[in-house]
Amino acid sequence: MKHTLAVLVENHPGVLSRVSGLFARRGYNITSLVVSETEDSSISRMTIVVDGDERIIEQVTKQLNKLIDVIKVNDVTNEDTVNRQLLLVRVNADNSAKGEIAQLMDIFRARIVDIGRKSLVVEATGDEEKIQAIIRSLQPFGIQEIVKAGIISMVRGPK
Amino acid sequence: MLGAELLLKSLEEQGVELVFGIPGGAVIPLYDVLKKSSIKHILTKHEQGAAHAADGYARVTGKPGVCFATSGPGGTNLITGLATAQMDSSPVIAITGQVGSSFLGKDSFQEADMLGLSHPVTKHSYLVRDAHDIPGIVEEAFFIATQGRPGPVLIDIPKDVFSQEVTEVRKPGVRKHLLEKLKKPELDLGQVEKAIQALKKAKKPLILVGGGVNNSEGSPRLLQDFAMKNEMPVTQTLMGKGVFPAEHPLFLGMVGMHGTIEANWAMQNCDCLLAVGVRFDDRVTGKVEQFAPKAKVIHVDIDPAEHNKNRASDIAIVGDSKDFLEVLGGKLWASKNNKEWLRQISLQNPVEKVSIGRGLDPEGVMNLINSLLDDDTVVVTDVGQHQMWAALFVHPKKPRSFITSGGLGTMGFGLPAAIGVQMAYPEKKVVLITGDGSLQMNLQELAVIKQWNLPIKIFLINNGSLGMVRQWQELFFQENYAETILEVGPDWEKLAGAYNIKAKTLWEHRELKDALHSSITSGEPWLIDIKVDPGANVFPMVPAGCSLDQMYRSWKNEAHASSIG
Repeated sequence: MKHTLAVLVENHPGVLSRVSGLFARRGYNITSLVVSETEDSSISRMTIVVDGDERIIEQVTKQLNKLIDVIKVNDVTNEDTVNRQLLLVRVNADNSAKGEIAQLMDIFRARIVDIGRKSLVVEATGDEEKIQAIIRSLQPFGIQEIVKAGIISMVRGPK
Repeated sequence: MLGAELLLKSLEEQGVELVFGIPGGAVIPLYDVLKKSSIKHILTKHEQGAAHAADGYARVTGKPGVCFATSGPGGTNLITGLATAQMDSSPVIAITGQVGSSFLGKDSFQEADMLGLSHPVTKHSYLVRDAHDIPGIVEEAFFIATQGRPGPVLIDIPKDVFSQEVTEVRKPGVRKHLLEKLKKPELDLGQVEKAIQALKKAKKPLILVGGGVNNSEGSPRLLQDFAMKNEMPVTQTLMGKGVFPAEHPLFLGMVGMHGTIEANWAMQNCDCLLAVGVRFDDRVTGKVEQFAPKAKVIHVDIDPAEHNKNRASDIAIVGDSKDFLEVLGGKLWASKNNKEWLRQISLQNPVEKVSIGRGLDPEGVMNLINSLLDDDTVVVTDVGQHQMWAALFVHPKKPRSFITSGGLGTMGFGLPAAIGVQMAYPEKKVVLITGDGSLQMNLQELAVIKQWNLPIKIFLINNGSLGMVRQWQELFFQENYAETILEVGPDWEKLAGAYNIKAKTLWEHRELKDALHSSITSGEPWLIDIKVDPGANVFPMVPAGCSLDQMYRSWKNEAHASSIG
C-alpha cells in the first residue's frame, strides 16, 4: 500500500542525498518525492510517497528518524489531508479538436496554457484521481508528452 | 586563533588525549599546530590502521576514539574502518582534511567527496565551511557518536578552514531537535510488565545478550544477577562476549552459525526468548523464518529501528539495557524452577573432538591461551577461523574485553585495534589472536608496536591459508581451494625481527605452554607463530541460510549434514 510521509529536515546541502541514499541502500521504493523550503527557511519539507507493507513502512519511518538531519517524520496516509499534484500535458489538437479539448478541460477546471499549430499544452492541479482522469480523457486525442510533479500533501485544519 | 588550533582545543574540551593518524597535504596546517596542544598523536602507517586503532580505543573504553587523515586517499582509506565501527556501534570520530574550499568539486588533486562517501558508513558526517563552526560541530559530533546507539561521525575540513583566522569563538551547543532525538528513551513500563508476565509464565526461558549489554555501563552485572537469581540460561552473540561468566553453569556459550550445540538447541526449543541489545544478525539467526520458532520473543534495544527489522518480536521494548534490567531485576523473583529445562539443555552433547592432521590443534591452543588470561586481559581478534575458535574457547573475564569485528567481519582489524586498546590501557595485558591471512592485511602497523613499545602479544594462528574461506570451499564447493592457500608466507620470526620485535615459531604441543606463558608474562611485544593443523575446521557449524537445527558437529565422520533438531 502507498503511504505518504511528511518529513521535516534540516535545509542543508546533502540532506536529499542522505534520504535518497537510505531508500536506495535498503531497497525501499519511492513513488514520488517533493522537497521544498518551509515557512522557516532553515527547514525543508519532503513529501515522500512510498510503496510497501506495514513492516516496510515501519522500517522506513524508523530509519528516516535515525538520520540526524531529519527533524520529524509524520505518516499522513490516514489523516485528513489535501493532496495535490501538478500536471502538464502536450496533446495533439488540430483546429477541430481544440474546441472539444477546451470544453473537456473546463469540466476538470484545467487550463490551456499554450497553443501550437497542431497541439495544446494543458495545465492542471488536483489529487491523483483527478490527474489520472484528465490524462484518460486526453488519451483519445493522442498525448505527446506528460510531465507530473510529485504529490504534495497538507493536513487539514481542525473544523 | 587558527581553525586548526580551534579544532585541537575543541577536541581537548571533549577529553581527547590521543589521536591516531597520518599527515598529508590537506592536513599540514593541522599537524603544524599539533605540538601546541596536549593531544598525543600516534602515527600509524596506513589510514585504515588509524581508524581501527581509534575503534579499538573506543570499544575498550566506551569513549570516542579519534583518527586524522588527509584528503582523497587518506579519507577513502578510513572508509573500511568507519564501516567496521558503524556495524558494531562504536563511537569513532574521524577528522579528514579536504582540498581548499575554492578547489571543491573540481576533481582537484587528492579530492574525494568524503561527505558522500561517508553517508552509508557513519552515523553522521559534516563538511565544515567556516572555522567559526568548528566548536559547535565538534561538540555535536561527540554527542551524536556517544548518545543512544553509538556510532562513527566524520568531520571533513577544507585546508583553508584549518588556516582561517577565527575572530570570535561561538558555542551554539547541540541542536535542539538532536537533544530530543538522541536522548535516552524512557522505558514503556506497560511493555516491561508484559515482558515480566511472559517470563514468569515461561517454562523454557532463554536469555540472549549482545553488544548492547556490553556497551551499557553496569548492565552486565545486572544481567548476571537477574539470570542467576531466576536460573535462566544465557547465550550470547559475538558482541555479547564478556557479559556473562563463561564458567558459570547457566552459560551456554555463543549462538548462531558457529554457536555451541547447547546454545543453538536451547534457542530452537525455548518458549520465551529475552533478547537484550541484539539485532538478530543473519550469523546469529540462520534462516530467520525458522529461528527460535517456539519462542515468545521479548526484544530490548535502544535503537527502535532494530525492532521487527530481522526477527519480529512479540514484546518490543525501546530502551537502554541497564534501565530495563534495573526494573526487571527488582520485579522478578526467584520462585522459578527451570531445573528440567536446564537438564534438557545439558543433555545436548558437546562437540566430539576430531583430530585429523598434522600441526597443532587450534582448540587446544585456544584452551591454553584461555588458561593464561588474568582478570583484566583484553583479547583482540582478527576475522576468520581463529576468531570463531577464540569466540568459542577464549573467555575474557570482563565486559568490553573481547574486541572483534563482528558485523563487518574486517580482516586486518586486529593488529591496529590491539594498538588502540593498549594505548588506552597501558597497564592491561593485551592479547591479539590473529591469522596469517588477517595479519598480512595491516602488517605495517607492527612498526607502531615497536615505536611505542606496546607489550602486545600476537598469537598468530598460522594455517597457511585463508582458513574460513578454505573451510567453506571444503564443505560447500567440492574442495575446490581456489586461491585460499597462501603458498608464500613470510618467515614470521624474520619479519618480526625486522621491526626488532621478538618472535618464536611453535610446531609442537609440548613447547606451547612455556612459550605462551613466558611471552604473556614479559613486558615486551611478542609474536608467536603457532603452526596449526591446516586442515582444521571450525565446528559446530550451521551452513549459511540453514536453520539453527541443521548443525554440523564435525565433517570428516559424516557423509551428510546431520540434524541435531
